[in-house]
Amino acid sequence: MGQTAAGAPGLIPEGMDLPPARKGERALARRRRTAAYGMLAPGGVYLFLGFVVPLIIIVYTSLTSGGLFTSGGQLTFTWEWSNYQKALSEYGPFYVRSIQYAAIATVLCIGLAYPMAYWIAFYGGRWKSTLFMMILVPFFVSFVIRTVQWNFILGTNGLLLGPLKSAGLVPEDFHVLRTPMAVIAGITYNYMPFAALPLYVALERIDRRLVEAAKDLYASKATAFRKVVLPLSVPGIFAAVILTFVPATGDYVNASVLGGTGTTMIGQIIQDFFLVKHQYSIAAALSVILMAGMLVIALIYARALGTEDSTLAAGAAT
Amino acid sequence: MSTVVAPDVVNVPDAPVVRHPKKHLTRFILPVFTIGMIVYLAFPVFVMILYSFNLLPSAGESIRQSADFTCCTIAHWQAILAVPELNEALVRSIAVALPAALVATGLGTFLGLVLGRYAFRGRGATNFIIFLAIAVPEIVLGSSLLAMFVQVNAQRPAGITLPLGYLTIVLSHIAFSIAFVAITVRARVQGLDLSLENAAQDLFATPRVAFFKVTFPVILPGVVAGFLLAFVLSLDDFVITNFVNGSANTFPTWVYGAVRIGIPPQVNVWGTVLFLVGVTTAGLQVLRARRTVNT
Repeated sequence: MGQTAAGAPGLIPEGMDLPPARKGERALARRRRTAAYGMLAPGGVYLFLGFVVPLIIIVYTSLTSGGLFTSGGQLTFTWEWSNYQKALSEYGPFYVRSIQYAAIATVLCIGLAYPMAYWIAFYGGRWKSTLFMMILVPFFVSFVIRTVQWNFILGTNGLLLGPLKSAGLVPEDFHVLRTPMAVIAGITYNYMPFAALPLYVALERIDRRLVEAAKDLYASKATAFRKVVLPLSVPGIFAAVILTFVPATGDYVNASVLGGTGTTMIGQIIQDFFLVKHQYSIAAALSVILMAGMLVIALIYARALGTEDSTLAAGAAT
Repeated sequence: MSTVVAPDVVNVPDAPVVRHPKKHLTRFILPVFTIGMIVYLAFPVFVMILYSFNLLPSAGESIRQSADFTCCTIAHWQAILAVPELNEALVRSIAVALPAALVATGLGTFLGLVLGRYAFRGRGATNFIIFLAIAVPEIVLGSSLLAMFVQVNAQRPAGITLPLGYLTIVLSHIAFSIAFVAITVRARVQGLDLSLENAAQDLFATPRVAFFKVTFPVILPGVVAGFLLAFVLSLDDFVITNFVNGSANTFPTWVYGAVRIGIPPQVNVWGTVLFLVGVTTAGLQVLRARRTVNT
């Protein structure tokens, strides 16, 4: 791609020498490399201090004992592996529940977003970007406020169940709020754009001529979709899975606003230990376990697609 | 493009042109579904706007939103500033988002530029950290930052303390925004033809002039998009802020705290205002970037 202009016929007449500036190419390359490090340094250092160091410190904290507000106000590093033991044995079920909720929500997100993204990408025509904007527009409203609105919508006599009940379509004592259903519905709603965006990007990129070719070779519409479109959209599906599942597992806003006592997710536990109980060691261990699990998934994914592709999808998803 | 929609059997001489009557019905399924999805996604926003006009039984300062909707009043819009704590949180949100987005854009733009066009040692590592920044769940990042601030305050390296509050919120928001700005700019730089800059230098432009006259105008939309993204992410962030804010509330954390006792209708009013501002800004961006559909 980079050579097109220089190599284009007509731009440089045959026999004409290149300007002498090209002679200094090697010096230029060296200067550029120095410039690269100079430009990289501030952002790189900040990322290091803002990501790598905190992640190291949380691992360190997870192996300390004592507490800042108890026992003399000091966290002491004691290779306290029992924090992990305690975290897993006492709070294991909350990880399992979080993963279940997140997995169901992820499947729902992709199942709902795929047909929509497909139709917009293939049949949206000139309205394509407008239609896609309309999907993203609701997400200009703060995450917390949107979730609170679902509280009103799903409430016992709220906007959704109220009319259904007066029409006799659902029993009087039927309720959604404070059940797993409400939490999963909230997560599905809130993470929908994270699924829709990479799916749309992947589907939009597919060369229409491939589909036409398949049809020319007597493939039916369904076969062309199954053999051409679906396989080519797999990177988008991968990206959608990771971008929905990982944040959904750690989510605690939906569970705490829409859920009840039986729907506690691991995020709520971590939050509680850090911000309410101030037991930093065990809180850190809980957090590190979640991080490790999610990183394994993210790395498998990065391995399959390359970090650049995956961050590209992530970039598109925001 | 319309050939995709039309059955292509016409290319084959003797193939009978079969038109199933059901085909006409099925072709409406996807568009109807898509419109249904758009309505579903927008529904809470409708509810939010609608409830900003909810006529509530009690009046006064401690008025709380309820699930029953009674039409209609503009009293909450007139009393938009009636909740001092909410105003304070809103001001703090802006006071955090603006410097955080500016610094993140500055740092992230350079990162994106370097990653997009130079091959250098450490490129893979930098890309990996950026990937990490996006792949790590927010709650892990938030709790890690809190753990770091707590440790800094306990150990006081070189006498530095970072008491939880405004400063720690800004520092944390910069950290998570940089990666997003870097990706946005990188995508833009990767589409850039390097030979353009070479051509400028062949025409005796100094590297600096070539950068500002050729490269910078091309990546500028990416930088603007990165800034807006960072601003919105900061404004909307709840999870990380909730960990590092101490007792200083931003708009989302204040609303979250108010949920238990019921939110005042002013939250709906402000939510609507921010929504309209966001939509207008995005609309302008879309109109400006109309030509470049893909990034």
